[in-house]
Parts: sequence; C-alpha cells; structure tokens
Amino acid sequence: MKGLLRTTLEPMGQGHRLLGAVALTLILAALVAVFIQAPTERHLGDVQRIFYFHVACAWTASLSFFLVFVGSFAYLRTRKTRWDVLAVSAAEVGVVFTGIALLTGSVWAKHAWGTWWEWEPRLTTTLLLWLIYVAYLMLRSAIPEASRRATFSAVFGIVGFVDVPIVFMSIRWWRSIHPAVVTGKGMDLDVAMYPAFFLSLAAFSLVFVYLLVLRTALERSHQRLEEMRRRATFHLGGEVSHG
Amino acid sequence: MWEALRKHTVAIPVPRLEGRLASFASQAMAVAAKDVRAELRTKEVASGTFIFALLVLVIFNFAFDLRTGDNRTLAGPGILWVSITLGAMMGLGHVFSKEREQGGIEGLLLCPVDRSAIYVGKFAAALLLTAAVELAILPLFALFTDLSVFLPPLLLTVVLGTIGFVAVGTLFSAMAVHIRTRELMLPLLLLPVAIPLIVAAIEGTRVGFEDKPWTDMLPWITILAAFDAVFLVLCPWLFQYVMEEMGS
Amino acid sequence: MTGSLETTQGATTVTAPDVSGNGTWDVEARGVWKSFGSVPVLRGLNLRIAAGQRAVIVGPNGSGKTTLLKILATLLRPSAGAARVAGFDIRSQASEVRRNVGVLCHQTYLYSELTCLENLLFYARMYGVVDPPQRSREMLRLVGLEAQTDTLVRSLSRGMQQRLSLARAIIHEPLVLLLDEPDTGLDQRWAGVLSDLVAERAAQGGTTLLTTHNLERSLDLADRVAVLNRGRIVFSARREDLDVGSFKEAYGRHTGAAA
Repeated sequence: MKGLLRTTLEPMGQGHRLLGAVALTLILAALVAVFIQAPTERHLGDVQRIFYFHVACAWTASLSFFLVFVGSFAYLRTRKTRWDVLAVSAAEVGVVFTGIALLTGSVWAKHAWGTWWEWEPRLTTTLLLWLIYVAYLMLRSAIPEASRRATFSAVFGIVGFVDVPIVFMSIRWWRSIHPAVVTGKGMDLDVAMYPAFFLSLAAFSLVFVYLLVLRTALERSHQRLEEMRRRATFHLGGEVSHG
Repeated sequence: MWEALRKHTVAIPVPRLEGRLASFASQAMAVAAKDVRAELRTKEVASGTFIFALLVLVIFNFAFDLRTGDNRTLAGPGILWVSITLGAMMGLGHVFSKEREQGGIEGLLLCPVDRSAIYVGKFAAALLLTAAVELAILPLFALFTDLSVFLPPLLLTVVLGTIGFVAVGTLFSAMAVHIRTRELMLPLLLLPVAIPLIVAAIEGTRVGFEDKPWTDMLPWITILAAFDAVFLVLCPWLFQYVMEEMGS
Repeated sequence: MTGSLETTQGATTVTAPDVSGNGTWDVEARGVWKSFGSVPVLRGLNLRIAAGQRAVIVGPNGSGKTTLLKILATLLRPSAGAARVAGFDIRSQASEVRRNVGVLCHQTYLYSELTCLENLLFYARMYGVVDPPQRSREMLRLVGLEAQTDTLVRSLSRGMQQRLSLARAIIHEPLVLLLDEPDTGLDQRWAGVLSDLVAERAAQGGTTLLTTHNLERSLDLADRVAVLNRGRIVFSARREDLDVGSFKEAYGRHTGAAA
C-alpha cells in the first residue's frame, strides 16, 4: 500500500501536492458548509443538500467540455500534442463529473418527484452530453495510430461542443411542448445558502483542476515513453521485433 | 515541352477567385456525378437502404397500432423519423465504400483538389441518395397510417432534417472508414450528435400531422435551420483535417 | 539531357558531375525519415533527380520504395526531413506538387462501376484538364484501350486495368511521373509501350522515377539507376557506366542479397 502510494505520488512535484492539499481543504470546508452551516430547505428537507454537489458537478462538467473544445481546436491548428493531451484528459475527467451530476440529479429527482429518472430539460441534456463524450472516448480507444486518433477525436470534440447549445435549445422546447408531471427545480437561493453554494462550486472546480493536472501528467508520460521507444529504434537502426 | 513550364515553376500565378470557385464547383460536381452514376448502375446502396427503412416501419407497426386516431399523431412522427434515421445511417456508411475498393481515397487525394470540394461532392451525392429513399418511404408511411404526408410544412421539416443529418453523417463516415469497427462507429458518433435534429424533426412533423397553425412549427424549423447552417459550414472545414490522416 | 543522381553514404557526399550545367532538380529529398509507429522505413534518405531524367530505383522488399514514392506524391507526410518535387515543397505547396505529378501504383485508383471513358473523364475534371473528353479519348488510344471505351472497369483484365491506370496517371501531362513497379501486371507488349512512353517523356524534358525488382529491365529504362536498401540510397550510377553483370554484383554487395 505504501509502495502504491509512493508510485502514485512520485510524478507529482511540489506544485501538484500543494494543489491537492488546497483542494482537499476546500472540499472539507464545503462539506461543513453544506451539511452543517446551510439551512434546511423549506419544502424538500435535508436531501436538498445534494443540490450543492449536483450544481457544482454540472458546472465543472461544462467547464471540462469547454476545455475539450479548446484542446481539439488548438490541436488541429497547431498539431502540438499538448493540446491533444488536454482534450483527452478533460474529456475523461469531464465524463466522470457528468456521471456524478447525473447520479446526484437522479437522487434529487427521487426525492423531489418520487421517481429515479425524469425526462426534464437539465437531466436530459446532461445525459446527452454524457453520451457525446463517452462516444469521444470510445472513438479514441478504437484508433491505435496516435496522429489519426488525435485528429479524429479533435474533429469529433469540436462537433460535440458546437452541438451542445443546439441540444439544450431543442430539449427545452421539447419539454415545453410535453410538460412533465413536475416542473423544474423552482427553488430560490436564500442568502444563507450562499456559502455552501459557492464553497461547493470552488471545491469541485479545484478538485477538477487537480484531477486534470494528474491526468495530463500521466498522458504526457505515456506519450514520452512512446517517443523514447521510437527514438531508440532510430539509433539502433535495427528492426524492432514485434511479436 | 516541359521546359517552358519549368521556367515558371516558382512563379505559377494563383488563379483568380472566379477561376478557383469555378474549379471548386466543377470538381465537387465531378465527385457527385461519379457517385451518382456508379450508384445508378448498381442501385445496391439505395435498395438496401430502402428495404431496411421499410422493415423498421413494418416492425413498428407491430409495436404500435398506427390506425387508431391518437396513436397515429402520437407515435407516428417518431416512427417515421426512426425509420428514416436508421435507414439513412445505413446508406451513409457507404459514402466512401467505393473509394475504399481500389486504393482507398488515395486516388482522389492525388489530385490537386480542395478537400472541401470532395466533401461537397460526397455530401450532394449522399443527400440525393437519402432523398430518393425518403421519397419512397413517405408514401408507404402514409399508406400504413392513413395520414397525409405531402404537406408543405411537413416536407420542409423533412428537407431540413435530412440536410443536417447527411452533413454530419458524411463527415463521420469519412472518419469511420478508417476505423476497424466502422459499422459500429458511425451510429455511435452520429446519433448522439444528431439527437436535437431528430427531436426537432419529430416535433415539427407532429405539428404537421395535427393540423396546427404554421407558427407552432417555428421553434422546430429554427432548430433545424440552425443545425444545418452551423454544420454546413463546420463540416467541410473539419473534413480537410480528416483527409490529411488518410494517407499516413 | 543529363544530370546527376546524388547520394549520401554516411558522412561523405558522393556527387557525380552535373554535366547539364543547368542544375534543375525535379525531385529532391533531404534527410527524409519515415516511421510507421516505431518501425522506421526510411532513414535519412537523400535523393536528387535532375530534370528530364529517367531514374530507376531498385531494392529488395521492405526497403521503402513504395513509401518513398508516396511521400514524393504527397500521400504520406515524412516523419522528418524535406522534399521538393517539380520545384515545390511537398509540405507547404502540396497542391502545386499534385498538379505536376502523376502516380502509378499497385492500386489502380479506378472505379469498377464506371466505364474506362468515365473514369478518365472524372480524373481529367479533377485535374482541371482543358478538354476532358478529347484528352480522355486520346489517352485511351495511347494505351490501346479504345475498344474498351464503354466497358465497365470491373470487366477488364488486370493488365488492361493497369494500362487504364497509366492513362489516368498521365492524363494531366505531369512534369514528374512516379511509377511503382509498373512492370508487374503489364504484359510484354505493353511493357514495350511503357518504355517508349518513358523515353518520349524524357525527350520532351519530363522526369520519370521508377521503382522495380527487375535489374535487367531497370537498365533498359534508365539514365540513372540507384539501389535503395533499408531506407537509404546505398548505390547509384549512370546507365552508361554499367552493364548487367556489374550492376548485379553491386546490388548483391550493397543489399547482401542475390538479385
């Protein structure tokens, strides 16, 4: 266990550890704020507290998809692998956060509306985004050649992101035509809730950044390994036996 | 004979804009015409696509009884568009199949042609193919459900929806060609992205069936038009990058 | 029109005298590396072919002949190094390169559901040839496929398809013609037509680069020959300085293989 911890923490420099520490602190602060400090919501009771995490996750998920777009666009223009690294890392972390947003949304739905799933605009849009970025990851895993993988996923990353506003508009309109049994969240944010709300937002954002940094470091190591392997065969000038 | 040309090698004048546009258009048309001509000879993609769409329609008929009043407008539009979507996707999988036969798309890439022109040509041919299949499916749908389908607003929805679907489908088809699991990849990539299009098309069609006023259709037409406009611009541009990966 | 085919072996550069004095190179490759994944196929290849030359490159399987041609045709991007074809850089001026290059490969790039004429018309239009119908028919006559003008490509024999592919390759009168092992699939008679075509091109100042297995054939067609082995040009000489025997010996020596 100690060995595992050591190898995990090895590639991280001082900066990473500091970041991790700050993120952890914020999370703890947010937990305190959400469970202890924030007032109990009038209509929905204590389960409403999951709302803070849900929104924070949804926000970081949107941020991550924006980063996928930035990475994809920059990669196509510059052909520098660091942008591809950003795109894939943001997509992976983003899919996780979107998944959490979906799960927390589902818990919320169960408590607020009595059903584990409801085809309401936000949940539906979140599900579609999740599907798009899962497709992104599946596309990547289906292409072994590095350059082609980076280019094709960049193309899909751009299409996916550009699609998001259209998805949002269409689902919203769709729901207005077929109103669900229940309507949206319809909850006012009391001033007393602000600390919990913003702390969760900040905490999750920082955790996201931390995970992103770890993931990009991992990806970069992986690609460096590939590069070194390629250079070794150049110098040896020999054939590489490949199974 | 090449001496004179060689003297100018460094300074060949770039053709004027009208010249470039004209050659772009002629190359795109050449690509489209080639695909259409080849398809007309064999008709294999068109017929397969049509039969598949028909099968979907028939299967749904067992799922929902489409003759009873409420069901028709409730489930009808969805069934129509599922049938069209799945059928079109089968057809789109073959946009680049003829190139794949003898040397992949290399033959086209050897030509001094703007990669977007290849896209435009392929898109046009795929659009014609899909339109042909729809022209055959719509009357059959009308037959099965006793709903009138040849109303202008409804047809507008079909046209706009098809354009967007084929636009993105052509781009993804080019990518899928080079992936091992290509039959799986195209639906995986296309369907999530096209969902807003499908939703808008279904709702727009429903307004058409329910005889509601024109204005009810406006939000859906807007979404379809927005999707089309955005992706008709984006896809040709992205296609160039996909083509760069074809050789290596 | 004579010129020189330059090679680099290790650190020393061996340059034959440039007799033409004109120094125009139609094909230049400098330090071209190409790897597929982690397997290097071309390793720092250097090559220069002067205008109007007929150059033939021979080499064993896997030496990189096809890869080299594809890079010169802008179908592949080199992992490192630079190349110019017809005076244009393959990376930044790819479109101009394509306009001036014709390629004949193992794959025919023909559409089996179209007729011979339709195939040529298509490519003529794609290359922006001035009078596609007239030029297409001319090409069909040149390669002796006039009788098959309206025959679907899928009904043609392999040899006929190769001839049609040759017509496709030169339909736009390219400055530089790249041929990858063109003698496979062509029967005796048409091999003759090919060498006549190549000679005529050279007389008019066009450049041709051919790859082949066949050492004897290479001497028939070439002004310069070179040997490509394991991703580098290892030997080169002018045709007039060689006979079949000495070439075979040199080939064996440089590739460690029997010709």
